[in-house]
Amino acid sequence: MSEADLVAVILWVGITLYAVFGGADFGAGMWDLLAGRERPRDRRRRAPLTERARDQIDRSIGPVWEANHVWLIFSLVVLWTAFAEAFAAVMTTLYIPLALAAVGIVLRGSGFAFRHALPGPVRGPATRVFGVSSLLTPFFMGTVAGAVASGQVPADGNGDPTASWTGALPLLTGAIFVASAAYLAAVFLVRDAGAAGDRELQRYFARRALAMAVIAGVLAVAGVFALRDEARFVYDGLVGPGLPLVVLSAVCGLGALAILALGLRREFDRRMILALRPAAVGAVVAVIWGWFVAQHPYLLPEELSIADAAGAEAALTTVIVVFAIAAVLVIPSLLLLYVLAQRDVLD
Amino acid sequence: MLELTPLLADAGSNLLAARYQMAFTLGFHIILACFGVAFPAIMLIAEYRGRKHDDADALLLAQRWSKVVAVLFAVGAVSGTVLSFELGLLWPEMMNRFGDAFGVGFAIEGIFFFLEAIFIAIYIYGWKRLPGWAHFWSGIPIVLSGIGGAAAVIAANSWMNTPQGFELGADGRVSDVDVSQVLFNPAFGHEFPHMLLAAYMVTGFVVASVYAVGMIRGRRDRYHRVGFIIPFAVAAAITPVQLFVGDIAAREVYDDQPVKFAAMECIYETGDNQAEHIGGICTDDEVKGAISIPGLDSLLAGFSTSTVVQGLEDFPDDEEPPALSLLHLSFDAMVGIGTALLLLAAWFAIAWYRRKDLPDTIWFLRASAVAGVGAIVAMECGWIVTEVGRQPWIVHGYMRTEDAVTGAQGLWWVFAVTMLIYATLAVVAAIVIRGFARRWREDEAEPGLPYAPPSEGRGR
Repeated sequence: MSEADLVAVILWVGITLYAVFGGADFGAGMWDLLAGRERPRDRRRRAPLTERARDQIDRSIGPVWEANHVWLIFSLVVLWTAFAEAFAAVMTTLYIPLALAAVGIVLRGSGFAFRHALPGPVRGPATRVFGVSSLLTPFFMGTVAGAVASGQVPADGNGDPTASWTGALPLLTGAIFVASAAYLAAVFLVRDAGAAGDRELQRYFARRALAMAVIAGVLAVAGVFALRDEARFVYDGLVGPGLPLVVLSAVCGLGALAILALGLRREFDRRMILALRPAAVGAVVAVIWGWFVAQHPYLLPEELSIADAAGAEAALTTVIVVFAIAAVLVIPSLLLLYVLAQRDVLD
Repeated sequence: MLELTPLLADAGSNLLAARYQMAFTLGFHIILACFGVAFPAIMLIAEYRGRKHDDADALLLAQRWSKVVAVLFAVGAVSGTVLSFELGLLWPEMMNRFGDAFGVGFAIEGIFFFLEAIFIAIYIYGWKRLPGWAHFWSGIPIVLSGIGGAAAVIAANSWMNTPQGFELGADGRVSDVDVSQVLFNPAFGHEFPHMLLAAYMVTGFVVASVYAVGMIRGRRDRYHRVGFIIPFAVAAAITPVQLFVGDIAAREVYDDQPVKFAAMECIYETGDNQAEHIGGICTDDEVKGAISIPGLDSLLAGFSTSTVVQGLEDFPDDEEPPALSLLHLSFDAMVGIGTALLLLAAWFAIAWYRRKDLPDTIWFLRASAVAGVGAIVAMECGWIVTEVGRQPWIVHGYMRTEDAVTGAQGLWWVFAVTMLIYATLAVVAAIVIRGFARRWREDEAEPGLPYAPPSEGRGR
């Protein structure tokens, strides 16, 4: 494997971690939006389900949301340092969805940071801003991914600013991003609600995870047809060298689906909960890596290869060294944070 | 008025919209970045005092400050994310040709930002989860990663001022990079300490000003005194060092960036015995209405009135920075405010030395109450000098800003929307932090936070 390929793998690791952890954060925001309006508290009775759902969402993403979103910055920085040409090409073509995603990130982060701290009357709007932007941001990021996959980004940039991302495949990819984010979030919340001992809430999220699994699955199948029409190169790669990963994704997805259905019919036991998260995450991660394998050796399919996009050697080496240091320093710190946060969820 | 004409003439151009957009979002972010870099240290000093000397007031302050840090860091993280999008959205050609070299600092910054985000969350969670001193130590990585992150970002910025450590290929793109040359470029040596100290001054004076206002309004209990003295003492101790570093910085700009030096001092004709102009308007060929001290500029630049300072006449017109008066007045404002803050710090030091107490007059509190805003203005003025003074270049001597800008349509609309969103953000952030203060005063339930474990006050 060349140095450029290694850096491309690092880029994909960053994208994967952002898709899983950042995606789950976005998904939690969507569930917050869909939970409906907050009802006035009645102190004598147990809080209504929607309110408990909101509280669980806060407890689950509160400690980790910021760290999760650093993966986005990481991916951007790797892209512009190691593959500056590809970065410029994407930015000059897909500036509309990227700018909209950036706006979504601002509104989402600040909406979440502020909503608890704000006085009563303004809290509602801040919460809705948080929810709506949690939905729109992954959608626009998905259109960017879809546009890249369908070869709409020319190597020297300045592609069509609207047609590039408004085809069937980019829009469908946007929808798949939204559904996958919501799906992952619901699966994580099934586990957290169970750990907090709220069986009713666990079923609440399990029903949503199941529904989203079906929606994401249908969208994914539609996506395969769109790929065949609009992104023949990636399609061929997916049914060729990428096929094992596609199969793995399908197996994981069906496995997670079965666990959710079983848990809803009976009760979620310890083993089911233990298997659920890896299965759900595996379904998403396998697709992301299937895409990587399918479009290899290209960074922008049929336009710009990894080798051609790769910048100066020292820049590539810097990215590799930084990633190694990050792995040594950041991963133990992240684990410490997750352990502390999970302990709180358990309280 | 003279300078407005060129602005209006190409008001429709992308270049201006992109420059305004970048200036506005950077100017907004840099304030939050100051708090992200320096507030954790001030908060840890309070925690140290609280634990070491059983000072309940200091410990309470540390707890409350950590909540403000959480909110400011969250907003700073999103406004920082916007900047990394903007580098590509607004200046794609610079990233395309120079990303390999320019990106190196940012790649390193990524690690520090990660660690800071993680340990801020651990610190805030830790108030309930970690035992005494372990909690204090969990804050140290925040301080260190704040310093490291600032160094990495300043390395990228200073490289734009004094680019080196790369070779250009036939296609005009960077082909070879020497990482340490890129990071430790000539301007890094003064830009980094100057900005790091500025972050501590801004944070120290702003936090102290909040408690100064409280004391002016009659809340003169020990809690307010401690809340004032800790941040103020940090800022006051740093101010003289900052003036010393700033003085060195000016001489380094004189050495390495002579156009910027000529522009900020409004020097037109090359020669020795240059006068230092204070204030005034810089027209195309002379300075009007300034107080001019003969020989002082040469003296400051090279310790002798015979020091030759290059004037703007030595440089081609199309390589001079625009908005000369803005540059010159920003420089003067920065130095002027810095000097006023030094006097304020000295006033505090003398009173403390004599009687172990604050100066016994409301005028000291009034001056301290405006010192926070003053420190922010001085810091922003410094950035105007650095950034506008580099124009018309984006990578000095290698790429002009007009060649880096995007060809995308609708940048003025984007700018308008950005202003609207950021203005809303600023207002909401102010409401939130004022709300904290009010609830703390009235001793109500602790406000909710983006990080903290659910507080008891939320009726669960």
